[in-house]
Amino acid sequence: MHPILEVLHLRKRYGAVEAVRDISFHVEPGICFGLLGPNGAGKTTTLEIIEDIIKPTSGEVLFDGHRRTASFREEVGIQFQHTSLLNFLSVEETLKTFARLYHRPADLEEIIDRCDLADIRQRRNDRLSGGQTQRLMLALALLNQPRLIFLDEPSTGLDPQARRNLWDIVGQFKAEGRTLILTTHSMEEAEYLCDKIAIVDQGLIIAAGSPAELIRQYGGMNSIILPKTASTRIPPSLPFAVEERDEATLVIHLDEIHQGLQALMEMDIDLRGIFIHSPNLEDVFLHLTGKRLRE
Amino acid sequence: MNLHRMWAIFVARNAEFFRDRASFGWNFAFPFLIIVGFGIIFNGREFKQFKVGVFPPEAALSVSSVTSMPDAFRSDRHIILVPVADKADGETRLSRHQISLLIDATSPTHAYWLNDSSPDGSLAERIYLASFMIGRPVPEKGVTRGGQIRYIDWLMPGILAMNMMFSALWGVGYVIVRYRKNGALKRLRATPLTALEYLSAQMFSRICLILFTLCVVWIGADLLFHFQVRGSLLLLFAIFALGGLNLCSIGLILAARGTSEEFASGVLNFITWPMMFLSEVWFSLEGSPAWVNDLSRLLPLTHLLTAARRVMNEGGTFADVHFECGILLLGTVVALVIAATLFSWNE
Repeated sequence: MHPILEVLHLRKRYGAVEAVRDISFHVEPGICFGLLGPNGAGKTTTLEIIEDIIKPTSGEVLFDGHRRTASFREEVGIQFQHTSLLNFLSVEETLKTFARLYHRPADLEEIIDRCDLADIRQRRNDRLSGGQTQRLMLALALLNQPRLIFLDEPSTGLDPQARRNLWDIVGQFKAEGRTLILTTHSMEEAEYLCDKIAIVDQGLIIAAGSPAELIRQYGGMNSIILPKTASTRIPPSLPFAVEERDEATLVIHLDEIHQGLQALMEMDIDLRGIFIHSPNLEDVFLHLTGKRLRE
Repeated sequence: MNLHRMWAIFVARNAEFFRDRASFGWNFAFPFLIIVGFGIIFNGREFKQFKVGVFPPEAALSVSSVTSMPDAFRSDRHIILVPVADKADGETRLSRHQISLLIDATSPTHAYWLNDSSPDGSLAERIYLASFMIGRPVPEKGVTRGGQIRYIDWLMPGILAMNMMFSALWGVGYVIVRYRKNGALKRLRATPLTALEYLSAQMFSRICLILFTLCVVWIGADLLFHFQVRGSLLLLFAIFALGGLNLCSIGLILAARGTSEEFASGVLNFITWPMMFLSEVWFSLEGSPAWVNDLSRLLPLTHLLTAARRVMNEGGTFADVHFECGILLLGTVVALVIAATLFSWNE
C-alpha cells in the first residue's frame, strides 16, 4: 500500500537554533502515527511543517505521492495545540463559519454529537472551559471529513474522563479508515492510540516502529520488585538475575513474569508488597536518551 | 477567489462587531460627541475670540465708568474682557497663555502688555490699536453673501472622515495583529481560505460597518445642525465609501505582518496623527508652505475630504471629483494587493 504521507529530510532552523534536524518518515493510510517526545523536541515544528503552516528550511513533504497543492487543505483536518477563535461567536456559529470554508463539509449535527458539544452549542467561544475548547478544536478539525487528521498534543489540559472520550473518538476515526498523526509527550497515550511511533528528541527521530517493537527492542526485561524482608530466603540458585536496588528493595529481572512468580511461590516466599513492572515507552525513551520523557 | 468563503468571514466579522457592545457604542458615540461638542462651543459664534485681561477688575464690567478703554474695543464681538486683580496677576496669566492681552484700564497712556510668543496676542493688540482710530478714513468693506458656508458644514465631513480613518485603521489593522498574536489566524490558515479572501472580507465588513455608523451619526447630527448639502447626497455617500475602502486597505498593509499590538498601535498613531493635521480635517491648509501641501496630497484623507467638501459645500458633481475618486479607488486596489502579498498568518 502506498503511503498517504512521506516526509523527506525535513530541517527547520530558527537563527542559530535547529529545531528539526533531518527528519524522515512515512505513514501508511488508516493508521494512527505518533510523534512521541519531550517538550521542545521538535514535534510541533515537524507537524506544522507537514501541515503546511510553516515552511521548512529544507526537505520535502509528499501527500498521496505528490507535492501538496491548494487542495491539500480540503483533505486534512488540523487540531493545533495553541490557537484562539473568533471572539463573540457561539460554538455553533464557529462551526458553521468554518464549515462554509470547505467544499465538502461534514454534517454539523453529527460532528456536534460526536464531539459532545450539544450542551454548549449556544455558548460563546470565550466562555468555554479548557476541555470544552479542546473538543471544539477537535470538531473544527473534522468539519471537512478529512482523510488525514493532525492532532497536536490532543489531550493536554483534559481531565481523565475527557481524555478517555478523546481516545474513543480517535478509535472511531481509525475504524472509519482515516489516518491520524498526533504528537504527544504521554507514553500512555502513544501506547494506547498509536499503531506506529517515531520517538523524537532534539530534532531527530531516534527510533521508530510499533509500540510493541520498540518496547521489545529497547525496553529491557520485565521486573519483579520485592521488599527485602520477604526475600531474605531467596536462594542464590534462583535462575534469574537479582539486583539489590537499595537496602530495602530487590529487583528480579526476567523475560517471563509468570515463570518468576511460579518460582517465588514454590519457594514459599511472602509475595505481599511486590511490584511487577513491564517495560513501556518511558523505558524505551530512557534507554535511548538517558533521560525521562518529562524531564 | 471564492466568494462563499469570503462571505463566511464577512458574516462572522460583522457579528463580532455588533456583539462587542463597548466598541460598538463608542463607534457611534465618538463622532457624535465631537460634532455636538463643536456645535455647543461655537453656538452661532463661528469666529475667533480673544480674551483680554483688564485691571482694575471693575473696569471689565460692561457699564464701568473707571476705564480709559475705547467703547469700540469694549463692545467688539471678537473681544472677551476678563477681570484680573492687578498687573502682577495679569502678567502671570499672560505668561501662561490664559489671556491674549493685558490692559491697564485706568492708564492715561492706555498701557497694555502682551506675550511675544502668543500669536493671538498680536491680533488682539491690532484690534486694540484699531479701536483708537474710529472716525478716521478706513478701507471700504464688503461682506460675502449667499455663498457663505457655515463652519459646521465645512467641519462635518472632516469629523466624519477622521472617525472613519480611526475606525478603518484600528478596526482592521489592530484587530488582525491581535488575531495573529492569539493564533486565530493560524486556525484559519489551516482551512482553504486564502489571504486575499480573508483580507477582502475584513475590508468589506469594515466598510459596511463604517458606512452604517456614518449614516446613523449623520442623521443624528443633521437633526441638530441641519447640514447644507449642495451636491448629490448619493455621490457624497459614494465618496465616503471609496475613502473608507482606501483607509481600510492601508490598515491591511499595516497588519500584514507582526504580532506586537504595541508596535501596531505605535505605527497606527504615526499614520493617523499626521493625516489628522495635514488633511484639512480641522482647518484649511490654504497659504501653508508648498511642501506641506505636497505632503498633504499624498494622504488619502486629503482626497476624500477635498471631494466630500466639493460635493457638500460647493455642489460639485462627479465630473468635479472624478480625479479624487480615481485616486482613492486605485489606492485601494494597490494597497490590497500589497497587503495580500505581504500577509503572514503566523507569528
